[in-house]
Amino acid sequence: MNRAWLGSIVLALAMTSACSRHAAGPAEAPPKAFGAALVLVSGDKQAAGVGSALDQPVVVQVNDEKGTTVAGALVRFAGAGGVIFDPDRGLTGSDGQFTTNVSLGGVHGLYRIVAATKNSSGKAAEIRIDEIALGYQETLGKQVSDIHCVRCHDSESTPERVSNHDNLIAQAHSFTDGAILNAMSDADLAAIIGHGGAALGKSAEMPPYGNTLTKPEIDALIGLLRALADPPYRPQGIFYAGR
Amino acid sequence: MSLPKRVRSAWQYLFGNSASAFGTLSGVLLILLAVVPAKDYFREWLGYQKQYLRLIHGRGDATSLSRRFQGGLQQIWMPELGVVDRCTTCHTALKEASLADVKTQPFRPHPAIPHKLTEFGCVICHRGQGAATTVEEAHNSTKSWEEPILPARYLEASCGQCHLDRLMGTPRLNQGRDALAQYGCVRCHTIKSPDGVTMTGSDAPPPLQHIADKTTREWIAAWLKNPQAYAGSATMPNFQLADDETRDISAFLIAQSTPYQTHKGTEPAPAASQDTAALQEGTSLYGESFCSSCHAMQNTAGMLVGGNLGPELTRAGSKVKTEWLADWLRDPKTYDPDTRMPHYRLDAKEVGLLIGFLSSKSDSDFLGNTQLAAATPAQVEHGKTLVIERGCANCHAINGVKKPDNFAPELTLVGSRPLERILFAPGVPHTLADYIGAKIRQPRSFGNALKMPQYTLAPQQVDALATALLAQTQLAQTLPVSLRIPGRAPSHYRPAGKAGQLIDDMRCFSCHKIDGRGGDMAPELTWEGSSVERAWLVSFLKNPNTLRPSLIRRMPKFNVTDAEASTLADYIMTVYQTPAFDQETLDSSRFTPADVEHGKELFYGKYACQSCHIVDPNKDKGYIGPTLTQVGARLTASWIFHWLKNSQSLRPGTQEPVWNMNDEDARAVTAFLVAQKNAPRKEAAQK
Repeated sequence: MNRAWLGSIVLALAMTSACSRHAAGPAEAPPKAFGAALVLVSGDKQAAGVGSALDQPVVVQVNDEKGTTVAGALVRFAGAGGVIFDPDRGLTGSDGQFTTNVSLGGVHGLYRIVAATKNSSGKAAEIRIDEIALGYQETLGKQVSDIHCVRCHDSESTPERVSNHDNLIAQAHSFTDGAILNAMSDADLAAIIGHGGAALGKSAEMPPYGNTLTKPEIDALIGLLRALADPPYRPQGIFYAGR
Repeated sequence: MSLPKRVRSAWQYLFGNSASAFGTLSGVLLILLAVVPAKDYFREWLGYQKQYLRLIHGRGDATSLSRRFQGGLQQIWMPELGVVDRCTTCHTALKEASLADVKTQPFRPHPAIPHKLTEFGCVICHRGQGAATTVEEAHNSTKSWEEPILPARYLEASCGQCHLDRLMGTPRLNQGRDALAQYGCVRCHTIKSPDGVTMTGSDAPPPLQHIADKTTREWIAAWLKNPQAYAGSATMPNFQLADDETRDISAFLIAQSTPYQTHKGTEPAPAASQDTAALQEGTSLYGESFCSSCHAMQNTAGMLVGGNLGPELTRAGSKVKTEWLADWLRDPKTYDPDTRMPHYRLDAKEVGLLIGFLSSKSDSDFLGNTQLAAATPAQVEHGKTLVIERGCANCHAINGVKKPDNFAPELTLVGSRPLERILFAPGVPHTLADYIGAKIRQPRSFGNALKMPQYTLAPQQVDALATALLAQTQLAQTLPVSLRIPGRAPSHYRPAGKAGQLIDDMRCFSCHKIDGRGGDMAPELTWEGSSVERAWLVSFLKNPNTLRPSLIRRMPKFNVTDAEASTLADYIMTVYQTPAFDQETLDSSRFTPADVEHGKELFYGKYACQSCHIVDPNKDKGYIGPTLTQVGARLTASWIFHWLKNSQSLRPGTQEPVWNMNDEDARAVTAFLVAQKNAPRKEAAQK
């Protein structure tokens, strides 16, 4: 009987150590300072292909109560669904900022990652940062959009691409404008892309693309709009009990 | 009691009489029989199926979900594709779009793709072991199955097994295939597409037979030491050579160099103009000649500005000799017959100004540490050995060194390379994808004696290259040929005659595509003769003005003579005619002012063309398509008419949407556009 007890204790210990293997990791540098708040500097709402690294790193900054930057505070990143951070924890630099490179998981959709720091009394301050993984359909949509859409729908110019957004009378909606686009049904979006703005009583400055793009390409564009929407798009699914 | 006694008494107890023996044996049999249903009950996949049923229970569409659910072992079997996939046994909801909110595997529905699950199964795209029924065996690399699931970031590799063409939905695969050609991978490694076509390089490594006339031995040594120190955007990799190796290779390259046939004119090289005014003039000329359409240069902020068709010129002044530069600017073909650089027909003054400007782009730090004593014959000999060992002749033409055959391992089937034949570097996970990624990132981590050089690539480029290589599988060779979407066969179109010589001289194919051959920087010209008016074409060839206001890469002025412009225009107008329509479709002389007025209404109203085009510069702001202020002088009426009906059929891939206009509308808009021939350009008016 004693042996059985001993055996189960050994087993329990072995299991505990096996479970905690992940948390141990490499020894981390102890924080040299503590902040009260965490703010995002850059790198949220990026879109990248499933499983791939985001183009820009995510940068966060630790501030104290007065809002001045804190150097040497410990920042940890965490995220579900196979998100990988390089590195996932570290101390803020002299500018109070911490930078990490993020690779998204293998399934398309929205990834919510959390950055956290602790203040001197051990209370955690955290921020949530959203990133978007594009599946096949959204990737195709992005290719189509890069050729036919962004010049008017993106108000930002890049060195390689001058925006036409401000040359129009009707202001083309940004593809991330969830407040407007989420309210439009897939059928309406398909109509406006395929038949032009005039089809829905909107500006004729939006040309019809129904003879230029194929149906899968238009579907892919709608998929992209849904993926990029901010606030996030929630499909009108079936309502069900039990939750 | 001693042990034998105990055994004896237990035996007596269990099998003492026939009744006990029967009871005992029945009990044993019952337990043995129970093992089978118990094993069945605890099977991994059955647990997932039960979990699924619990998951859908209580959802609004539970009835239809459970009706579509099929319990038991599921299998997709397609003998002709070699598919035996049991993945759907656990992945029960792949086709259930209404479960889009479910985030736990294995119950997520499959995202939208162009293929049906039942047409290809799972493993052709995702890899792994399809026939397995445990999580471990199906997904991971095990003793009995070494190919694990392909990580999502390389998934486009699977598309590349059948799609040898450029798919719009696979940007990473396309980028990877481009990089294989652009970074010279295919110059050392043979890579054949499944249809047997060998990939060829798209880079233009310069010949080195006359290198001594172009640059100094010191520059060669410093460049070999670290090409990226000279130009951050250089595609030449770092061969990680020791100082004595760069010394000897540079000695050999100078020694093998022969003088080239210099520019036929005996005029002396124009003096480099270095005074401030001349420098400023040279800077302007560099800009006006649109050198930056192909060449990049770092600006004062350290940003690289310009194209990548030619080499970066940030430190060109530290590299080339001015006599060579003069010859090169006069006519690049005399030095490198295969160069992509056009013949600009610059006069002596312009050459001098450009030399002055480019010479000022020097960096004293780059050559500061390179001091070489005169080369000894032993060094030259050693340099030649090194050049042969490192395979320099795979890319560059060098006197006395032949291009080696099969210099590096063939990569046609690298996507199916068995793991047992791979030597992994320490710390690299034992999967093929990780091996390929690590090998591209740091080739020498697999052994210092390896010949593969160190490339400077962004992580995205490494992923793209790995994706393209992972597409090179055995499966791609064995899949039914009917599934294969072939790539576009290369075009070797070479226009003949006097015009052909001019087209070759100005290297039109570096930027323009004609009949499937050429670059994609500038518009395709296959049907250019049907499109434009001859008078406009002649004036454009003599002095190209920009049609698209927002264009960054622009057509340079080649300073052609009247005769040359006329020859080219005649050829283009005669040969590059589309069979799609007849120039007599529309008689523009029949347009009435009412037609023009109606067309104007349609242009600004129904079709809102002004969102992308400018007709009235005071009012219109459209910045995407060409400016149309003089379109009537540029394009033929028939071309405009057919363009308005179906632009993609005339120039596939153009940004102009297919309007599919009816004949009346198209005729009216054409009438309006043909009327836009006022405000002739100043140059044309003067001549």
